[in-house]
Amino acid sequence: MRPFGYERAESAVAAARRAADTGATFIGGGTNLVDLMKLGVMTPERLVDVSRLPNRDIADADDGGLAIGAAATNTALANDPRVRERFRVLSLALLSGATPQIRNKATVGGNLLQRTRCPYFYEVGLPCNKRAPGSGCGARFGRSRDAAVLGTSEHCIAAHPSDMAVAMVALDARLGVRGGDGDLRWLDVDALHRLPGDRPDREHDLAPGDLIETVRLPPPPPGRHVYTKVRDRASYAFALVSVAVVLAVEDGVVTSARVALGGVAPKPWRARAVEAALTGARATWRAFCAAAEAELAPARGHGDNDFKIPLARRAIAGTLAEAAGIAPEVPTGGRRATP
Amino acid sequence: MSDTPQTTPREGGRAAIGDAVPRVDGPKKVTGRAPYTADHRLDEAPLIGWIVPSRAGRARVDAVDTARALDVPGVVAVLTHRNAPKQAPRGTPSDAGRFSQSHALLAAPEVACYGEPVALVLAETLEAAREAAGLVEVALTPLPGRYAVTGDEPDEALEVPDDVDGGMPADMSHGDFDLAWEKAEVRVDATYETLAEHASAMEPHATLATWDGEELVVRVAIQIVGSAVEALANTLRLDKEKVRVISPFIGGGFGSKLGIHDDAVLASLGAIATDRPVRVVQTRRDLFSSAPHRGCSTQRVRLGASRDGRLLAVAHESVMPMARGYEFAEPCAASARASYACDGILTRHRVVRADLPRIDSMRGPGEAVGSLAFESAVDELARALERDPVAFRLANVAETEPISGKPFASFDLRRCLEVGAERYGWSRRAERGRRDGRWLLGHGVASATRPNFLMEAKARVRLEDDGRAVAELDMTDIGTGSYTILSQIVADTLELPLDRVEVRLGDSRYPQTAGSGGSFGAASAGGALLSACRRLRGQLRAGGGREAEGHIEPGEDFEKYAQYMTGAHFVEVGVDEVTSEVRVRRAVGAFSFGRVLNPTTARSQLYGGMVFGIGGALTEGLHLDERVGAYMNRDLAGYHLPTERDVPALEVVMIGERDDRCGLLGSKGVGELGLCGLGAAIANAVYDACGARVRRFPLTPDAVMAARAAW
Amino acid sequence: MSDRAPKTTLVVNGRARELSLDPRTTLLDALRDHLDLPGTHKGCDHGQCGACTVLIGGERVLSCLALAVMHDGDEITTVEGLAARAGAGDAPEALGALQAAFVAHDAFQCGFCTSGQLCSATALLAELARGDLSVVTPDDDTVRVTGDEIRERMAGNLCRCGAYPNLVAAIAEVAGQGEEGAS
Repeated sequence: MRPFGYERAESAVAAARRAADTGATFIGGGTNLVDLMKLGVMTPERLVDVSRLPNRDIADADDGGLAIGAAATNTALANDPRVRERFRVLSLALLSGATPQIRNKATVGGNLLQRTRCPYFYEVGLPCNKRAPGSGCGARFGRSRDAAVLGTSEHCIAAHPSDMAVAMVALDARLGVRGGDGDLRWLDVDALHRLPGDRPDREHDLAPGDLIETVRLPPPPPGRHVYTKVRDRASYAFALVSVAVVLAVEDGVVTSARVALGGVAPKPWRARAVEAALTGARATWRAFCAAAEAELAPARGHGDNDFKIPLARRAIAGTLAEAAGIAPEVPTGGRRATP
Repeated sequence: MSDTPQTTPREGGRAAIGDAVPRVDGPKKVTGRAPYTADHRLDEAPLIGWIVPSRAGRARVDAVDTARALDVPGVVAVLTHRNAPKQAPRGTPSDAGRFSQSHALLAAPEVACYGEPVALVLAETLEAAREAAGLVEVALTPLPGRYAVTGDEPDEALEVPDDVDGGMPADMSHGDFDLAWEKAEVRVDATYETLAEHASAMEPHATLATWDGEELVVRVAIQIVGSAVEALANTLRLDKEKVRVISPFIGGGFGSKLGIHDDAVLASLGAIATDRPVRVVQTRRDLFSSAPHRGCSTQRVRLGASRDGRLLAVAHESVMPMARGYEFAEPCAASARASYACDGILTRHRVVRADLPRIDSMRGPGEAVGSLAFESAVDELARALERDPVAFRLANVAETEPISGKPFASFDLRRCLEVGAERYGWSRRAERGRRDGRWLLGHGVASATRPNFLMEAKARVRLEDDGRAVAELDMTDIGTGSYTILSQIVADTLELPLDRVEVRLGDSRYPQTAGSGGSFGAASAGGALLSACRRLRGQLRAGGGREAEGHIEPGEDFEKYAQYMTGAHFVEVGVDEVTSEVRVRRAVGAFSFGRVLNPTTARSQLYGGMVFGIGGALTEGLHLDERVGAYMNRDLAGYHLPTERDVPALEVVMIGERDDRCGLLGSKGVGELGLCGLGAAIANAVYDACGARVRRFPLTPDAVMAARAAW
Repeated sequence: MSDRAPKTTLVVNGRARELSLDPRTTLLDALRDHLDLPGTHKGCDHGQCGACTVLIGGERVLSCLALAVMHDGDEITTVEGLAARAGAGDAPEALGALQAAFVAHDAFQCGFCTSGQLCSATALLAELARGDLSVVTPDDDTVRVTGDEIRERMAGNLCRCGAYPNLVAAIAEVAGQGEEGAS
């Protein structure tokens, strides 16, 4: 870890100004940043500690939505009764991620900006265009099991690892960003992350000094909330594929569908093709499978991660079925009676 | 929920061999007062050593520029091949065992595998050492290497190893397999693959070395003290008497701490080079290169039976990588050689030399991956015969060792299957239903066998003037419970309360044992200590000396009888019908391993083995970048050890009895038995649940999904 | 420029300790190397194993991912501070309820992860008592002391020895006692 200057911010405005002036990096929970600094993957010269800023409250907003201070911990957000009642998919996503120890530290703002878990990003010395622009993508012709299948480029196939952000995207969250000039501007969460294109090192459009200060959830969409996370072990693992769904069905017809995916794309992926296919459609297993198929149509695997395409299809259909309260119609193969 | 341990307090705090005594080192461990290697404090603060690993596979080192690293405040030195103290060539002497040979590092401008150290930074603080390590500039020219081993290699790439772990021949057969295979009416011919695995003990490999110009004192996390002394002496060209190894508490080993590793050699080199104590704690990422691992395997199993369910033919052939320059071959066919009677058996082990990090013994070498394949194939055959898989196994259990025809010392496989089936409710399993919501339910069974070893060991015991007994031996406690069972042996034999017994372990100044490994630790070290205690008891009665030594070595019963532990696993799984995720819902194991020295620690060993088996079956696999020979998921977020949530209620039944052919204590080994076969029971249950025969391990969602019907 | 070694006060196991630390020093390294409290162990140093779990203000966190300077003034509890009577050594009667249950149920083998398991379980008891949610909490949001709740909530503390069944038993025993005591 290279040496860095450390200072604690007194206010969000002061933090943003200081970071804009010095190019400092914010540290909140540090659960991702300290990990990457130890490996030399991230090498900030200066840290501005925003972990003690007062923007950690969660409050009702006038429009029936919720205002969440970006310094709130994942634990606080997941357990908030209003989140639990009205934005349940967000609580489910948060509790599916990491562990209590990490959720106690990790903040909302930090979680939105967490970096990929691509093993080439982590292994300093091997090629990675995100960590060392121009060095190449190690994963594309290497081990790609964790990599994305949607929205990738020839320069980078790394997947975004967050659970929380997937739910936030499904819920149309808006981010209040404090700029170095002291102004607060608003940004759709879906517009925060960039696709890699030819600049995978640029993951978002925030300028130095831009501090995510608050997150607004608009009034919740109608329907049942379900979060599915498919992973290699039962807990404490990043998603192979995750699906956030808020689905409303009336008289057998889908009246509102919000769907977002994790683990399959360089950013939390709003599944607009699924939503378009479903709205107004009959809530049947067949319709759910067809909608999932439409979302994954442009997907491309890289060998190891080819499985994510059928897995994502199944997970989307299964999650929609759970939300709609219908049974998946899955062939059980050569299953036999007990001899 | 597990059974509450049955403690049986005896009068006056005495404890006998076989009592369920709580761990004597328990209070230390729950208060943070058990000093593991990195916790040890010296009067003089040690320098911190930080390894600079190679970021290429087989390579030539063109240059190592340490100038920027040396500029970091607090950095004292940077060792490279240019300035490191001289060592004996790696792998010498050639006639020594692999745990005793030189493990020279920074000795030449070459790199044998990805991650091999190319420099060691020595600094006053951890922060300075780590920072400087990132500033060492290494220029490497990659050399051609073989990294991937797929099992499809041409014959000329396959080698017959000199032997396989446990000292057995690579090829063994009985009868005429071809004839038996020809005669068989129902056959299974299936190939199974397992990914490479990593032991990943929770304590990273660590060493604290001090050098006074003459004697090297090395505190190191190690399973076998004696060979560590030899390896360091051989590496550094020191007299064995000038090397002292100390290892009182070890945070798990699972085979990965049988021998010394980079931390021990580099800390010693650092101490010799600087005349300061040096501490090297390997990083978790580096351990995926430098701590040995289990190689990947490709295993073909052919089984043939008569239509009426008699096993006729068994063939088990494996191909695995062997790390170049490091002789170790895993005995995948061990279970095929031990479990069932048949007319013809053929077993073959082949290796492909590869430029990979060390491949070595990891908990349950042989059976851990071998029985995954073999006991899956047995299940496939039972299904093909439309027979109950328990009944099929029972009908074919070996009566004598299948390969040699030798009588068994004791072999309880039949009883394990019967007792386990009863406890699990195997015949009533249909009552549990075939589905629980989205979870498809299935049940699986597998047999477990594991060879029993006894190794030469010595121990010393003396009665102090205050009436306390002190036992000393260089045995280690890697979590197995050595301190506890050895204390019980002393207390029982010398008729003392436990709190009047002190057992001192893990110091090369104590009498030599074979340490912890191969499940032989308790019987070997314990036997030696029992012998010492009996001798001391005799001396005291005769008014003789207050100190005695004991010695044990395998006798003729290990020649005359085939020695095995046995077990049977019964497992219920759920397979998510949508996502193909697999969860173990219940597991019952019945085990026989001779006399139980302490039911509490023995049960824990079995639980631990079963958890290891769950990992091997469901979650653990290393992903190799075949271009550079690097395992890419080289941390504990990418390499998935089972978590608490992956492990359901486990039930263990111990049915063994004292077997005096197994040594003085009448006990066999238990450290690996719980693992053997469990994974196959899981795979067999997955088949029962969803009709998918998955032959690629681990059974992660992608592997299961690929084997299921498409939709 | 900010200070190269800012003064940081950590209140560890009830005692205020002032340190001048390189800002890069993690809380884990501060405890181990600067405060002579090596009972908190470094298993991975990257937030992937849970061995370094300590309590900050009573809540469990991973000390390997916490920079010590960020915890100026915070109250920290380590395994060394868990015993019922601090400083009473390791005599059985001095152990806290969880520590005693760990010994009684053989909830560890090598013991390396045990400090983290204990700190984690200590916080878990408080989380259960105040009804904090987990991903396995049923739809009615009522938290009960079940094996599944304990398993999920302890999933962040890896144990390679596989003491998991005994860990669940030990924690359930203490959690159950707590409930009875409360009712």
